[in-house]
Order: sequence, then structure tokens, then C-alpha cells
Amino acid sequence: MDKLSRQQQTRYLFTRAGFGATPAELDEAARKSIRKVVRQLMKDSESFTELRVVEPDENVTKKALKGLVKDGQLDRDMLKERIRMNAEKIRDLNLQWLDRMASGQGVVREKMALFWHGHFACRTMGQNPLFMQQYANTIRKHALGRFGDLLMAVSKEPAMLQFLNNQQNRKNAPNENFARELMELFTLGRGHYSEYDIKEAARAFTGWQFTSDGQFVFRERVHDEGDKTVFGKTGAFNGDDVIAMLLENKQTATFITTKIYRYFVTDSPANDAESTTRIEQLAEQFYKSGYDIAGLMESLFSTDWFYDPKNVGSHIKSPVELLAGMRHTLNLTFQQPQTQIFVQRTLGQILFYPPNVAGWPGGKNWIDSSSLLFRMQLPSYVLNDAEVTVRPKEDGDINTQLLARKGGQRFQVTINWDGFETIFAKTPDNDLPDAIAAALLPFPLKAEQKKLIETQTAHDLTRSRRIHALTAALMSLPEYQLT
Amino acid sequence: MNRRDFVKQSALTTAGTLLIPHFLKAYETQAMGQLTGSNGKILVIVQLSGGNDGLNTVVPYRNDIYYRERPTIAIRPEKVLPLTDEIGIHPAMGPLKALYDDGLLTVINNVGYPNPDRSHFRSMDIWQTASDSDQYLRTGWIGRYLDAACAGKEQQPFRTIEVDDTLSLALKGNSLNGMAVLDPKKLYTQTRSGLVTKLSRDHHDEPEPVAYLYKTLAETVSSAEYVYDKARIQHTPATYPNHELGNRLKTVSQFIQSGVGTSVYYISISGFDTHINQPGQQERLLGQYAEAVGAFMTDLKAAGRQNDVMLMTFSEFGRRVKQNASNGTDHGTANNVFLIGGGLPSRRVLNEAPDLTKLTDGDLTYSVDFRQIYATLLRDYLGTDDVAILGRKFEPLKIV
Repeated sequence: MDKLSRQQQTRYLFTRAGFGATPAELDEAARKSIRKVVRQLMKDSESFTELRVVEPDENVTKKALKGLVKDGQLDRDMLKERIRMNAEKIRDLNLQWLDRMASGQGVVREKMALFWHGHFACRTMGQNPLFMQQYANTIRKHALGRFGDLLMAVSKEPAMLQFLNNQQNRKNAPNENFARELMELFTLGRGHYSEYDIKEAARAFTGWQFTSDGQFVFRERVHDEGDKTVFGKTGAFNGDDVIAMLLENKQTATFITTKIYRYFVTDSPANDAESTTRIEQLAEQFYKSGYDIAGLMESLFSTDWFYDPKNVGSHIKSPVELLAGMRHTLNLTFQQPQTQIFVQRTLGQILFYPPNVAGWPGGKNWIDSSSLLFRMQLPSYVLNDAEVTVRPKEDGDINTQLLARKGGQRFQVTINWDGFETIFAKTPDNDLPDAIAAALLPFPLKAEQKKLIETQTAHDLTRSRRIHALTAALMSLPEYQLT
Repeated sequence: MNRRDFVKQSALTTAGTLLIPHFLKAYETQAMGQLTGSNGKILVIVQLSGGNDGLNTVVPYRNDIYYRERPTIAIRPEKVLPLTDEIGIHPAMGPLKALYDDGLLTVINNVGYPNPDRSHFRSMDIWQTASDSDQYLRTGWIGRYLDAACAGKEQQPFRTIEVDDTLSLALKGNSLNGMAVLDPKKLYTQTRSGLVTKLSRDHHDEPEPVAYLYKTLAETVSSAEYVYDKARIQHTPATYPNHELGNRLKTVSQFIQSGVGTSVYYISISGFDTHINQPGQQERLLGQYAEAVGAFMTDLKAAGRQNDVMLMTFSEFGRRVKQNASNGTDHGTANNVFLIGGGLPSRRVLNEAPDLTKLTDGDLTYSVDFRQIYATLLRDYLGTDDVAILGRKFEPLKIV
């Protein structure tokens, strides 16, 4: 493939930096230089507003609820109901976030936060909506700020401390879980620390705890005040000191930049000198800037090689990217929000329920025979009201049964077609497939694909209906799974 | 162009069997006979999701501690169906007791792993990937079995089948994935609809992810057709209980008897997370389980296949020894595993019953690592390279 056309560049940028674009957005962006579009996208993501499904003072933890049962203030049925309500709020948080992703506003922030959700993967074990809400807002707030601030804030989130058992990490009874994941998954990566470093760092994090109302607390009584030796340095280190040491280590910049490169540029980067040099240069800049994430992303989106045709179509959309992207492009609303949970469950990515602390593996991992078929049929479910017969598995946990609630399989949607169709008003009938494909797919339509698409969409439809049919058919192509 | 190249360029680059020439289909079908390195043995795995209470499944009916710790939910000794002087099974599991009496059931006690994780999803992850408890793998152990068994061959997803609508991590490999089929006809119809069958294009010079998607699609379409064609010929005359597990095992039997050529089947059923009012719930589920498995083994016996089909049942963890205040049990650790059929030596309880005097933080202490079972099944039963699949050597058990 030769160099990308301006439209291909912008489409690609919108899918990587955000969740895709509407034809109207592409049309408008095509009149500016790509640098300007990047700038505009970054600027649009500067402000931050919280997600909110629960007020801090109305949250009651599962532990506290169980206490109320013991005291006789709550009976068993009421307890079950309250736990269910908590899980329901986490589901609402999921849907609220998805709405933001699909809105097209502040998309670089939301995309970056989705990346951090996979990086700092975390669940709340007691179905605690307040903990999850705080965690979500922390990764969204710092998504484009300084990595050091993000790392420190997320490390002090009750959801994370709980998930990685730091509440059980005490002087004389250390729990190394948090220290291990901090080094292995959050900062350095395997091979850049020793077991001894973990043991000693774990001692530094003793006393990092949280209260049931979601506040971080440092409990001196359980903190180990003795000297620790981490990365060859000795001192009476605390958790903040260890995090500072991790940030001082350039390997952290390299590790994070490599992961960002894989996520935003290509799922399976060649281990060639070219990619290595690119990553090294970005990592160097990232480190020197004091880990400025927005700066790193803007540089990445502004390099020429980012738009190398080799990178186009090399990323398989995650289920959330697929869902948010489809919603945004078509200005689509699900009448039953539960449908979106159903899709997430079927395709294997539920926000706030990552598979483990290593996050979603991504790439080819999203695709197997059943998930590919479901993805290809999704446009028909949405646009043609086709019957959905798939049933996702339950996860075994009685507390998450709510996620499996019936009612998600009916894909009732409203689509605002006006905005979508306007852009094609002057497109000659014969050019419609190519024109719509250019807005939806990473590659131009091949002759045989075009023929196939034409046979799927009869000519005697009204122009408007034909656009809808073409859109559904194009979204059903395997290529629609790629950005 | 030799045949191999032709197959590569046609069959695998063409999504939609309509476009695959006739003679090639004949070749394909022939090639689909037996798996490379396969000895014809079949493993069927049933996962009890939610953490089945193993102590009320295989009951230590002579143990005072058991009755002391579980004043209202313990199974009374006179109701237990005894296997040995020490242990017996839940009264709802009559058909399982019958299998034991026929010499078809092996019970392995105290199965677990070091540093157990009590969360459902994490422990499930550990059992499905066969990882250590502080290690995160992206592939499942059956997926890696498929990688090893099909090495160098074209992908045949139906070699390992999950009877379900979606695929578990257990069946995802590095380069190959198993296949999810709940209902062969439904899947076949799905692949026959609209664009799916008709998609076709030339793929050389395609970037990797595009080629991967089309390859997966082509394999799905051809495997769906193959499985449907095979399985519809043979209808098992046996009767199965009409519930989820019954229906799924019936499908497995149909696949086996029609010679689909699948080495590992995977099924999971849910509902075992019994924090509240355990007895009724567990009785119902165990009853269904035993009934379905009983029907399955009777069916296979009639077909003369009970010696080359083994059914393994596990749960992600067992439950606490002490019952909770809601007539239920909370998450625990070690549990029992059942092996049924497969030509195992007759009638046995493989190892010691749980020692209720030696608990770890109130939980059973494991003595058998679940990966020892996997290793033994992979090497001695399925005849493959257990070390390559599990990443290291695990001490085999004397079960096969």
C-alpha cells in the first residue's frame, strides 16, 4: 500500500486515539492538517468529570452489611438485596463509562483510561461500588497526567489495596502480593528485579491500608520501620520511597512505553531494530519529561511512522472498543442498557471485571470461532433486529449473577441516521459502497468484496434504506474488527 | 504447486466451503480422521463452577469433627452411600455409587495447589491455565494440548470442543483454539447465513491480523459443517435426563459415537456457590450431575466405548470445613476430583480422606497438586508430552 490518504489517516487516528469517528467528523477533520487534528483531540480531552453512581456517604460495604445482620438490624433477605444493589451500581458504573466512551467527547482520555484499566487491572472483591467508582475516576483523572501521580494514586486506592491483599500486609506477617504485582505488572516487568527486592519492598508497604468509607490510611502500628534493602539501597523506606525508586528506574519508562506501543500502534510488533529504536526514543522522551503521558501520546500520534500503512488494520478491536465504536459511529442507543453487558460477557471483556491482575491479553486472544461469529453477526442484531440465540457462561460467583440477568438478548436500539446519511448526500449511487467503507474499514474495498456487498443489498431499496443495508453489510466484514 | 500449497491457498484462504472444490473436501474429511499422535482416547471434563462443597459430596461419615463443624448441614451417616469405611457419597448421587460398584469411579481426595486463591474467577483461571497461583498465563492447558497435538498441521478447532456457546480460556492455545459447539445444527445454520459463507478473497500478502481473521472464519465454517454432517448421522438411542448437563453429555456422546475425532470435550455447569441454604441447592445439583453422568456411562457402555472415554470432574475450590451462619459454606481450598471410566483399575479411592485435624487456616490441606492429575492424564492417558504442555514436570499419580 502507498502512503495513506488524508481521510485514511484521520479515520485511523480516530480509531486508535479514540473509539472511531462518524462520517461527519471525518469530513470535518479532513479539512485540517493531521497535526491540527491531533492537537484538537488532545485539547478536547483536557477536562475531566467524574463518573458517579454512588454517593460516598450512602455506600455500605459487604462487611458492614454482614455486621448489621449479626446485630439483628438486617435480615438475610435484606442482606441479599443490599449486596445485589451494590453489584447493580458497579454495573451502572460500567454503563456510565461506556456512555462516555461512545459520546465522542474527551475520547483520548477515555481510551487512555481503558488502557490503564487493563494495565492496573483490578476488581472489587466485596462488590463495593464506592471503591470501584473511586478507582475508575482515579485512572480517568490521571489518564493523561503524569505516570508517577497515576501510579501513586492507583496504588493507594482501596480497591487496589484490597485486590492485592495489602490490608493483610503487616509487620511480622508480610503479604508480598502488592509489591510483586507493582514491579512485575505495573512498572518494571519480569526480569528487572529480584525476589529479594520484592520481599523487602513488601515490608515498606506494610501499613498501607484503607477504611471502609474508601479512605487510604497509613497505619503506623503495623508498619515495619526497620531498614530495608531495595535495588541495592538501604534505608528505613516506606511505600512512597519504593514508588519513587521505581520511577527513577528508566526501565519503568521503557516498560510502559512498550506496552503503549503495542496497544496503540500494533498488536504484534516485529522485534525489529526499527520498532526498538522507536520505542527507545519515545521512552527516553517520556522519562525526561517526568513521565508526561499526554506529551508521550501527542508525540506518538504525530510521528510519521504512526501512519505507516503497515500499522493500519493491525489492531483487533477489544469488545469494549467494538461496542463503543459502533455506538459512536451510528449515534446508537440501546433501549435496554443490559444488552451492553450481554455483549461484553459474550465477547469476554466486562469493564471492572478483568480476568486477573494482568488484565485482558488482547490481540488475537479476542478471536476464536464463536467470538468471531458473534462479532460478525452483531451488526445484524443491532441493525436488522435479528434473533440472538447465544448464551454466555456464568462465572460461578453468586454475587455477579446480576451480570447474567436475562433481558440483554433483545437488541432494541435507536439510531440517529440523519447525521450519518448527510455526508453521503452527494455521493453517486454506484460509489456508495466505497464511500461508506472508507468511513468504516481500515482498507479500501476489494473488487470481489464490493461485488459481494452489492449482492447483499438489493438496488430497489430507497436510498436511505440502502445506506443502512450497506452499513450493516460492511460492518459484518471481518475487516470491521480491525483498526 | 504441490497439494499442500494448494490446500493452503485454497481451503484456508477461502472462507466458505461452497468455494472449496469437491475433491478437496474429500481430502479434508480423510485428514480429519485421527489426530496426529492421538491414541484414540477421549477425555471429557466437567467443571462444577462456583466451588462445589466437596465435604458434603464425598462425606467423611465416621468423622466427629465433620459433624461438630457442620451441625445443621452435615449429611447424616445413615443417609450416606458408603464407598469405604471412612467415606461415602451424597445420597442424591445414587448413579455415581452404582458406577463405583461397577469399578468405574476413582476418587482423588485433597486436590489443590500451593497458596490457594479463594476468589472464583482467579482460582478458575488457575485451574484452566494450570498456572501457579502468582503466575498469569494467556493460554489454557487444553489449548496448549491442541497446540502440541496439532503441531505442524492445519488448524482443526473441533479436535477439542467445548459444549457451550462461548469458549473458555481452558481451550485457548498459543496458535490454536478449540471450538465451542452447543448445538451442531445451530452453529451450522449460523455459518450458513448471509455473508459468512460467501466471504472469499485472496489472502497472500495480507497483513497478519486480516489473514488470522479469515483463517479463523474458514476453519469455523468448515469445522461447523464437518461436525454437523458427522453428528447428524448418528442418533444415540439412550435416554438422558432433560436438563443442561444431561443435554450436553448427550451431545458429547453423539459426537463420540459418530466418530467426530475430538480428543477433549469440556463442559461447565454453574450454581455451586452455596453461601446460603446449601443443602437443597446442592442436593439438586449433585442429583442432576450423578443422573447425567450415570446415563452417559450407560450409553457408552452399550456402545462398547466406556474404556476409551474418561470423564473428569473438578471445581475451582472446595468450601470451608465449618459451616456459616446461613446454613451454607464459604470459600475454601482443597477438594476432590472424580475420574470416571477410561479403563482405570477397578473401584477405588486413590488416596487418604481429608484430615480434619490438620487444617490450614480452617481449610483442608491439599496433598495432590491438580497439575499432577493433568500431567498423568496428558502423558499416560492421552499419550502426549505433559512437560511441554504444563511447562514443567509434575509427579505423576498411579491412576492409569
